Amino acid sequence: MRHYFTLLRNELWKLMISPSTYIAAFLFLLMMGFLFHLILAEFATNPQDENPSEMFFKLFFIPVFFMVPLLTMRSIAEERNKGTIENLLTTPITVTEVILAKFSAGYVYYLALWALTGSFHYLFYHFVDDESVFDPYPIIGGYSYVAVSGILFLSLGIFASSLTRSQLVAGIVSFSLVFGFIVLGSNLGDIAMLWSDEPTWFTALADHVNVLNHMDSFSSGVIDTRAVVLYASCSAAFLFLSILIMEYQEGAC
Amino acid sequence: MESDQYTIEVDKLYKRYGNVDAVNGISFNVQKGQIVGFLGPNGAGKSTTMRVLTGYARATSGVARICGIAVACHPHEIKRRIGYMPENNPLPLELRVREYLKWRAKLKELPGRHRSQRVDEVLERCDLARAQNRIIGKLSKGFRQRVGIADAILAYPEVIIMDEPTIGLDPHQVIMIRDLIASLRGKMSVIISSHILPEIEMTCDQIIIINGGKIVGQGTPDQLRETFINSTTYELEICGELNELKNALQDVAPDSEITRQCESEENGFFKVDVRIHGRQDYGEALFHRLANTDCIRARSLRRKPAPLEQVFIAATRRSWEVVDTNIVSKAKNEEQTESSSPEPTQNSESSDDEEPKAEEAASR
Repeated sequence: MRHYFTLLRNELWKLMISPSTYIAAFLFLLMMGFLFHLILAEFATNPQDENPSEMFFKLFFIPVFFMVPLLTMRSIAEERNKGTIENLLTTPITVTEVILAKFSAGYVYYLALWALTGSFHYLFYHFVDDESVFDPYPIIGGYSYVAVSGILFLSLGIFASSLTRSQLVAGIVSFSLVFGFIVLGSNLGDIAMLWSDEPTWFTALADHVNVLNHMDSFSSGVIDTRAVVLYASCSAAFLFLSILIMEYQEGAC
Repeated sequence: MESDQYTIEVDKLYKRYGNVDAVNGISFNVQKGQIVGFLGPNGAGKSTTMRVLTGYARATSGVARICGIAVACHPHEIKRRIGYMPENNPLPLELRVREYLKWRAKLKELPGRHRSQRVDEVLERCDLARAQNRIIGKLSKGFRQRVGIADAILAYPEVIIMDEPTIGLDPHQVIMIRDLIASLRGKMSVIISSHILPEIEMTCDQIIIINGGKIVGQGTPDQLRETFINSTTYELEICGELNELKNALQDVAPDSEITRQCESEENGFFKVDVRIHGRQDYGEALFHRLANTDCIRARSLRRKPAPLEQVFIAATRRSWEVVDTNIVSKAKNEEQTESSSPEPTQNSESSDDEEPKAEEAASR
């Protein structure tokens, strides 16, 4: 892992000097700001059971659907398409270092984007001027969930990018995987209806991979370690698969 | 096989993509400090061989060693000893030249205290000092090629592998790169592939001609001429009748022919190229014969070495002929086997299949 930080610094530097980074950040913040505004408008007109921060984090999947493919589809597919991967892999670095550096750079950017949305909560509580409304635990829990789930979503994106040399294909595969994990994972319990007597193992599985349930518990301030283990282990598996695919396709050892 | 004398050792190397043998059992050695030119038509297997040597692609079978280290067993070790410039020279277009080279120096494990100094050195050697702060994507192709070459020589590698380094360069830059590569002679082993044949001839100590994944010619330019060119060409500068010249040539060498004739100058002199079959030296005989011919005045006579293009074409054509002969003999063998087969239906079907193959081979 000697070259990991050299590669990571270069990846972050490339993100910083690329105009598309700032355009994507602008669009992300615009959309999240708009969602937060809608939540506040709803909150102002009708009394709600949950506070605005909780409601905001329940919509976390909307930006994830498009941000994760946008962030990761370039990573390996572009290097492969431009041929720079050949230049990179003929230096004394390993495929593992390349994959981890690309994943880490994407993850840092992903967290930075979400961190910027912290300003929404700050502005809201600053101007509400009512301490009884302020509850820090949904915010801490919500951001913790974003950080934990981001590991898996970014690794799915990196995995999709490692499969192909086309950014478009990588983007579509990445979207499908993230969409599949969030939507199918959250509705797996419905499939249990196919059985006349719902098997307990399947109900347990459906409960275990229910992304929306995880978000609910995190945003209500309960950090569920089972979810942390699920995301971390799946992420490690997909990163490992990405390494294997790249070693196979590039012929590098 | 393993020897200190050779920095690159390749033995019976095969690389197969699906049903295609991109590299088909090639073997060669490159001595320390030698510059080797890799020639071959497009799709001959040059780039694949280079990729296998860099450890980027795995060989199907065979052995490749860099500085005595097997590429397949220790790919990371050999990557510390090579400088590689791939085909089409892919570069990250968003970085600046100096920034890119410093990053590459770090990846190539150049010690931190020497890094800046070495980057300055290669920038100077590749005439990139004035473009060091420019963004690579905004550079001309010639500049980009030089960035690729600067990267290849950056970490003092023992072996430099460059896939068409002079493509897209103007004559000044070509001379500069030629001098740069020549200056590496004796210090580093260099393999370059190029389609610019005079370039290869001027730069390289040894030439390897590859076609259809096989080595079809190997040696110094003179050795290759000796192998593939069975004729001698003389350039004459004469004043007189062409018919008289033809008669004179017939006396010296009956199978001679005039291959080129230039327009005559104001004083009536013109240049002709005369090709005589065989490797025998006819210079003196030709000179005497022309001196004794009244209606021809000769001003100069010199033996012209065959251009490398001719060697290249002869070598690649010969390899195709070998391939074709193999196809024809294989087709014949199969035909014979099938004719001795007891089942008539199978026989007729197969011969239908084989005939076009043989015809195709013959028409080639």
